Amino acid sequence: MTLAVTHLNYIVVVALMMIGLFIVFSSGNFIKRMIGLAVFQVSTGLFYISLAKVAGGTAPIVVDVTNSDGQALAARLDPAYVALHGVDGVVYSNPLPHVLILTAIVVGVATLAVGLSIAVRVREAYGTVEADEVAQLDRSEKAGQPA
Amino acid sequence: MIFFETLYAAPPQLAAHAPALLVVGPLVGACAAILAPNSRWAWMISVAASIFAVWMALCIAGEVARGGVVDYAMGGFGPPLGIAFRIDWLGAGMALLISSIGVLAALYSGHGLRSEVIQEKHNLFQAGFLLCQAGLLGLVSTGDAFNAFVFLEISSIGTYALIAVGASRDRRALPAAFNYLVMGTIGATFFVIGVGFLYAATGTLNMADIAARIATLNDSRAVQAGFAFIVVGLGLKAAVFPLHGWLPGAYAYAPSLIAVFLSATATKAAIYLLARFAFTVFDPATDFVHTFLVWVLAPLAAAAAIVCSIQAILEPELRRVLAFSSVAQVGYMLMGLSLASVAGVSAGLLHLGAHALMKAALFMALGGVAMSVRASALADFAGAGRDAPWTMTAFAISAAGLMGLPLTFGFLTKFRLIEAALSANQVWIVAVVAVSSLLGLIYVGRMLEALFFKPQPPGTARAVEAPFGVLIPLWILALASLWFGIDASLPESLANAGALALFGARP
Repeated sequence: MTLAVTHLNYIVVVALMMIGLFIVFSSGNFIKRMIGLAVFQVSTGLFYISLAKVAGGTAPIVVDVTNSDGQALAARLDPAYVALHGVDGVVYSNPLPHVLILTAIVVGVATLAVGLSIAVRVREAYGTVEADEVAQLDRSEKAGQPA
Repeated sequence: MIFFETLYAAPPQLAAHAPALLVVGPLVGACAAILAPNSRWAWMISVAASIFAVWMALCIAGEVARGGVVDYAMGGFGPPLGIAFRIDWLGAGMALLISSIGVLAALYSGHGLRSEVIQEKHNLFQAGFLLCQAGLLGLVSTGDAFNAFVFLEISSIGTYALIAVGASRDRRALPAAFNYLVMGTIGATFFVIGVGFLYAATGTLNMADIAARIATLNDSRAVQAGFAFIVVGLGLKAAVFPLHGWLPGAYAYAPSLIAVFLSATATKAAIYLLARFAFTVFDPATDFVHTFLVWVLAPLAAAAAIVCSIQAILEPELRRVLAFSSVAQVGYMLMGLSLASVAGVSAGLLHLGAHALMKAALFMALGGVAMSVRASALADFAGAGRDAPWTMTAFAISAAGLMGLPLTFGFLTKFRLIEAALSANQVWIVAVVAVSSLLGLIYVGRMLEALFFKPQPPGTARAVEAPFGVLIPLWILALASLWFGIDASLPESLANAGALALFGARP
């Protein structure tokens, strides 16, 4: 039970991942498959963000602490020192995964845009966005060709 | 590598930034191509940007020959915080291959696009082509795992759109592109999840740092799960059997320029990344990596070489025959990698280069006559060899290499693969190569028989010789695969150095 509480984020990540993949594979509708793909991609976002959380850490925005001892920035950013005291005595969450996932979101949006526009073109060319109907049309066209 | 050592191709100020310019060149070219006043200009920009990329790749190869490895901190930010490019012989060789194929494909596109893409879209098409090229070049030069994902997706998203453009010739390009988009995105997302696991375990994204820290973490479940995700993700992108379902449609219905470029570079770049992770980031001597190479990769590669050759024999559509043969040939490359010896990896890389030359030439020749023969079935191309002898002779030379006829590059690389398998005591690989080559003989023989010896079916258009602008890049590729079949010292030394670099990172 405690595992379920401490790892709640990761359980949600796995659940979202499976839901997304299931939609992609079970649905024959091109739009629904794009939705599934988007859910799947979002789950990785949550995964990375969960990794970034440092126990007791605050958002990675500099907190104004009157720091009079004037430590050199390099000393304050020494990993061993930060692990013990945080930066200026404030513990921050890791900002890097947030930045990474921002990039991954942009990639996801671009993929979604291309995917949906292809779906629009499929509708124009075939009159349907159902994968099995499209396959059916291709088969009947092939059968009709030799005539 | 005397040739590269003495190579000072650019002034030092330019050469110092060659790793960045290698990617920036095509990227800027892509923007310029959109803004170009007409399609003629867009084509010239595309050729110029591709030539620039070759120039930069040559600069990098020269630097690597002199210094071993090129380290470049993007924007001057050093590795722990910034993104680092790290190019060794393998990366330099891949960059040379991708950029040279890029130039030939760009040259070809001057005529190749005209019959397949409407005039107004040429600018955008060239921009997409250059984006794709920039992504692939970045992929082989980056030393940062997450950055590799970004480049992988830059090239892939360009590719999805460009395949869909083939719809003006055959509407089946649309579902094929969509299918590739779904599979490719799942693959890339798996890769990101795997990199996330590695990041959670090691706290870094720099490949060299991950490799250093992972040495003590090999029992960690997170690291092993990360490896599994990365391998499946890249397996999808590289069309490793049985994850290749997207490939035949994507290659067969894409505009021929894209089929030329993709078949020669896209799966190859994914294989490069797979090798990079399996051998440099992870240690191939570790239990789970070794198990993967011997018990997963090798059997799947062998299955690809045989099953997909049979599919190629049964396939009635000419371009799909070539696509299935691509999956089979990927099997050869992966069999080489799965040996996990320098000789084996070197043979795999050599075959990678050989296949890039042959498949690019084959698709280019088909694109050349497709301007007059507007059909896709093999039977409709019957007799094209007599009507378009120059185009189809180049096709035949490359096809001969595909089945491994002696005196072609393809023969040599298969020979090296067999040598490496024998020295690793993997006799069954020799058997697989032999059986698959026999199957290759059948499907190549079937193509050549139809093209050269069958009478032209009544009521079909006569094939017309491809224009000069297509014949030049086509014959460069065909002659290269003949020349390297006789004197392969250049590609062999590149492949050897690349294989050594893969292992050398862990002396």
